[in-house]
Amino acid sequence: MAEIAAYKGIWVFAEQRGGQVQSVALELLSEAQKLAADLGCEVSAVLAGSDAIESQAQSLFDHGAVNVYLVTHPELKEYRTAPYTRAVVELIQQYKPEIMLIGASTQGRDLAARMAIRLNAGLTADCTGLAIDPEKKILLQTRPAFGGNIMATIITPNHRPQMATVRPKVFKKSKVKSQNSKIIKFKPTINAEDLIVKVLQIVKDESVKVNLQEAEIIVSGGRGIGDPKNFKIVEELAAVLNGAVGASRATVDAGWISAHHQVGQTGKTVAPKLYIACGIAGKIQHLVGMQGSDNIVAINRDPDAPIFKVATYGIVGDCLEVVPALTRKIKELRG
Amino acid sequence: MDYLLTEEQVMVRDLARKVAREKILPARAELDEKEEFPWEIMKVLGESDLCGLWIPEKFGGFGQSVMAFCLATEEISRVCGGVGVTFAATGLGGAPILLFGSDEQKQKYLPDLASGKKLAAFGLTEANAGSDAAGMETTARKEGDYFIINGTKQWITNGGEAETYSVIAITDKTKGPRGATAFIIEKGTPGFTFGKKEKKMGIRASATRELVFTDCKVHKSQTLGKEGMGFIVAMRTLDMTRPGIAAQAVGIAQGALDEAIKYTKQRVQFGKPIITIQAVQHMLANMATEVEAARALTYALARSIDAGGKDYTKESSMAKLFASDVAMRVTVDAVQLLGGYGYMREYPVEKMMRDAKITQIYEGTNQIQRNQIGLSLIKESNQKE
Amino acid sequence: MEIAVCIKQVPDTTEVRINPETNTLIREGVPSIVNPFDENAVEEALRLREKHGGKVTVITMGPPQAVEALKQCIAMGVDEAYLVSDRAFAGSDTWATSYTLAQTLKKLGNFDLIFCGKQAIDGDTAQVGPGIAEWLNLPQATFAVKVEVEGAKAKVERMLEEENEVIEIPLPCLITVVKQINEPRLPSLKGLMKAKKAEIKTLSAAEVEADPLITGLKGSPTRVRKIFAPPQKGGGEMLAGSVDEMVTALVGKLKEQKVI
Repeated sequence: MAEIAAYKGIWVFAEQRGGQVQSVALELLSEAQKLAADLGCEVSAVLAGSDAIESQAQSLFDHGAVNVYLVTHPELKEYRTAPYTRAVVELIQQYKPEIMLIGASTQGRDLAARMAIRLNAGLTADCTGLAIDPEKKILLQTRPAFGGNIMATIITPNHRPQMATVRPKVFKKSKVKSQNSKIIKFKPTINAEDLIVKVLQIVKDESVKVNLQEAEIIVSGGRGIGDPKNFKIVEELAAVLNGAVGASRATVDAGWISAHHQVGQTGKTVAPKLYIACGIAGKIQHLVGMQGSDNIVAINRDPDAPIFKVATYGIVGDCLEVVPALTRKIKELRG
Repeated sequence: MDYLLTEEQVMVRDLARKVAREKILPARAELDEKEEFPWEIMKVLGESDLCGLWIPEKFGGFGQSVMAFCLATEEISRVCGGVGVTFAATGLGGAPILLFGSDEQKQKYLPDLASGKKLAAFGLTEANAGSDAAGMETTARKEGDYFIINGTKQWITNGGEAETYSVIAITDKTKGPRGATAFIIEKGTPGFTFGKKEKKMGIRASATRELVFTDCKVHKSQTLGKEGMGFIVAMRTLDMTRPGIAAQAVGIAQGALDEAIKYTKQRVQFGKPIITIQAVQHMLANMATEVEAARALTYALARSIDAGGKDYTKESSMAKLFASDVAMRVTVDAVQLLGGYGYMREYPVEKMMRDAKITQIYEGTNQIQRNQIGLSLIKESNQKE
Repeated sequence: MEIAVCIKQVPDTTEVRINPETNTLIREGVPSIVNPFDENAVEEALRLREKHGGKVTVITMGPPQAVEALKQCIAMGVDEAYLVSDRAFAGSDTWATSYTLAQTLKKLGNFDLIFCGKQAIDGDTAQVGPGIAEWLNLPQATFAVKVEVEGAKAKVERMLEEENEVIEIPLPCLITVVKQINEPRLPSLKGLMKAKKAEIKTLSAAEVEADPLITGLKGSPTRVRKIFAPPQKGGGEMLAGSVDEMVTALVGKLKEQKVI
C-alpha cells in the first residue's frame, strides 16, 4: 500500500525517569541496529521531557541513535499518560516511523497501549525476540503467551507503525559509534484536557535497597525457604554479593516480602550475570522472568524441581543449610 | 461413593471445601500452636452464608438442613478439627433456641447467628455433672419476674467468645427430671463471667472456658420452653446436634486418610513408594472402609432427621459413637503410616490425632452413647412383644 | 456510583501444558477461571459500592461459555452481568477487543468508574484496559494498588518498579488493578443461588453497534504468524557431596568464570 511505504525508520522510545534515560531504551537502541541493517533504514530515539532532558541525548547517540527527536514541554517533565500520548502521537503522525519500540516498563506499557489505539497501530507486548522477515520486510515479533507455556510470533502486516514493547534486560545494550548525531526539536501541543491527572506524591518502598532490574547479581527466595523470617538468609547472601533480593510469586502472595521484589511473568523480568534461586521450584511463570540470566544457580530440596532444568549449577539441599554456608564461604573468600 | 447430593448440597459442600482450602489450611498450624480463636475464619464462614445452614430462611438462615450442616462441618473439620468444632458448637448453642424458642426469641437471636455476626455456646456440663447431667448444681432461683442464677459450667466450647449462651439450671431440685429449666443468657449480663481459657490436648483453636454465674439476674422472658423442661431441652438438643459431631469426626478422619495416602505415595523406601507394600495398603483399606461407613451412617441419619424422621435417638448415638471411634483409629494409623514424620509437628497428622480424641468424649461420652443404645434396644424389644 | 468491570474467562495457565509433538496447547482438563486480576477488579468495585452506594456491572467479551465467569462474579455480589458475544469477534486482538468492550460500555450507559485487571494471564499484554480508556476518551490509572474516591475525583496509588506513585484523577476514569490491591471475597451461598438462577443477557455485535471493519480478525492490526514450544534451555551441572563440598565447588566455579 502506498500509505505504508511512507513509513520509514525504526524508532525507540527513550524512557526517562527523574531526568535519567532508562537502560531499557539503550538496550532497544542496540537491538535496533540489527533490525535497521536488515531493513536498510535509520534508527532514531524519541526523548520526551522538559527542556533539561536534552542533556540525556548523548547517551542515545552513543548507543546507536542516528537522530534524536527531542520532544520538550514543561508538562512533560514527569510522565503522565495524557500529555505523553498526545506528544508522541503527534510526533509519529508527522514523521511516520515504520517501527516503534518501547520498553515494557510500567511507563511504557501504560503509554504504548494508549498510543496504539490513537494511531490505529498494531501493538505486541513483552517481545523476547525481534527480527525482520527477509521477504516481506516486516517486523517479526516473538513473545511468550499462556503464562510462558508457548511462544508466538506476531506480525502487523497492514498497519503502521508496527509497535512492540520489550521487557528490560531482554536485549543487551552495547555502545556504538553513531554516524550523524542529529537533534530534531519538536514542540507538541499540550491542551488543558491533557492535564487533568495530577501526580500527588511518591511513596518509597523501604525494603528495596538495590534496583532489581539493574542488579548484576540477584538472590531470590521461594516457598522452599520455609518461613518469612528466613528471607533474612537470602538478604544476607545478597548483601555479601552486593546484589538485589528477588522473590517468587508464591512468597509475595503469602506476604513474606513486598511485590516490588517479584520476579516472573506477572512480576519483573531480570537477566543478571548471576541469579541464585533459593527454594524456588521453577514453575514456568517464574522462569519466564529470569531464564535470560547469564548464570543460574538453583538450590532446592527437591531433585525433581523444574528449576534444575535451566540452572547452570544445581545444588540439591536444604536452603536453610546451603545458603548460609554459601554466604560464609564467600565472606571467607573476600577475607 | 456418590451420595446423590442435591445441587444445593453440592454447592454447600464445594463452598465449604473452598473456604477450608483457601482460608483454614494456611492458618491451622498457627492457630493450633498459638491456641488462637479463629475469628477471621468465622467471619468468612458467616459472609459465605455457611453459618446459617441450620437456621430457617425466615430467620436469616439458608434453610434448615442437618445434612447441609453436616456437609459443611465435615469439609471444615477435614482441614481443622478446632475450627470445625467452633463452627459446630454454635449450632449446638443455638439449637435450643431453634427447637424451643418462641418466635420472638428466634427473631432476636437467630439472625445474628445465621450471619456469623455472633456465636453461640451450650452450657450443660459441670465439674460434678458430666455424664451424670442430672447431678448438676447450678441453680436458678425464682424471684418475681426474674431468675437468679448461681453456679459454674465447665468446659464450654466457645465460652467467652460467644455472645449467646443456652444454659440449663436447676429450678426445683425436688422435681427430679422435671426440675431444670433452660435459659438464654447474653454475654455481658451482670453476674455472668468466664473462667480462664483451658489448655487442651487438641482442638486448640477452639476456646474452652468455665461459665461463672454469681447472682446473675435473668428475666423470665429468657426462659426457653416452659419451666421444668430443661432436661428435655438438653436431650432433644443433643439428639439433633450429634450428627454434627459425627460429621466432625468423619471430616477429621478423612483429612488424616488424605494425608496418609499422599505421604505413602511419595515416600520411597527399599526402592519403591511404600504405598506399593501390601501391609500399607491393607491399613489404608481398613481406614478408608471405616471412614466411608461412618460417613454413610452420618448422612443417613442427617437425611432422616431432615425428612422428618421420628425417634432417631438410638441412630444418633450410633453415628456419633462409630464416627468418633473411627476418627481415633484412623488418625492413630495415619501417624503410624507417616512414621517418624507423623510424630513431628511439622506434619499435620499428629494434630489430627490430638483433635480426634475429644470426639469420643464430648456431647456424651461413647460409654454413655453405648448405654443409650442399650436402653433403646431394650425398649424396642419390649415394644415388639 | 455506577461502576463497570471488564473481565475475561481464561484457562488456568498454571495448568496448561504444551504437547511437545504437535506444538499445540493441551487444553483438556484445564479449568476455565475468571482471570485472577479481574477478580481483584470485581472485589475493588464491590468495596466501593459498599462504601459509596450504587451498582456494579460486569461485562465480558467471549464465547458462550464465558457466561460461567460472569456467574462467578454474580456469586461474589455484582448487580448485573452482560456477555458480548458474536462470531464476528473471533480472532480479535487487543485493538479489536478494546474497541468492542468500549462500544458495549457506551451502550450500557455512563459509568463513573471502569475497572480492569492489570493483564490477562493467557494473553499477558495488559493492553485492553488502556485501549478501552482511549476509545472512551477517559483518563486512566494503571497498576493500581489502592483506590479512594472523594466526590468527583479518585486518589489512586500506582505500583511502579521500585516505588509507588499517588495520582489524583477525575471521574469518570478507567483503572487497572494489580493483585496487591485486595483479597477477593469468596462467593456466598445466597450469591451462588442467585448466580445459578441468573439469566445473563448476551449482546451481539449489532446490539452494541460494533463496526464490523474494526472487530474480529478483520479488524485486528496484529496477526499470529506461528506458535511454537519455548526452546528448552540446556541442563547444567548438578553439584554433589556434603554441603560444604558443594558450596566450595560452586564458589570456585563462579570465581573462575569471574561471575563473583
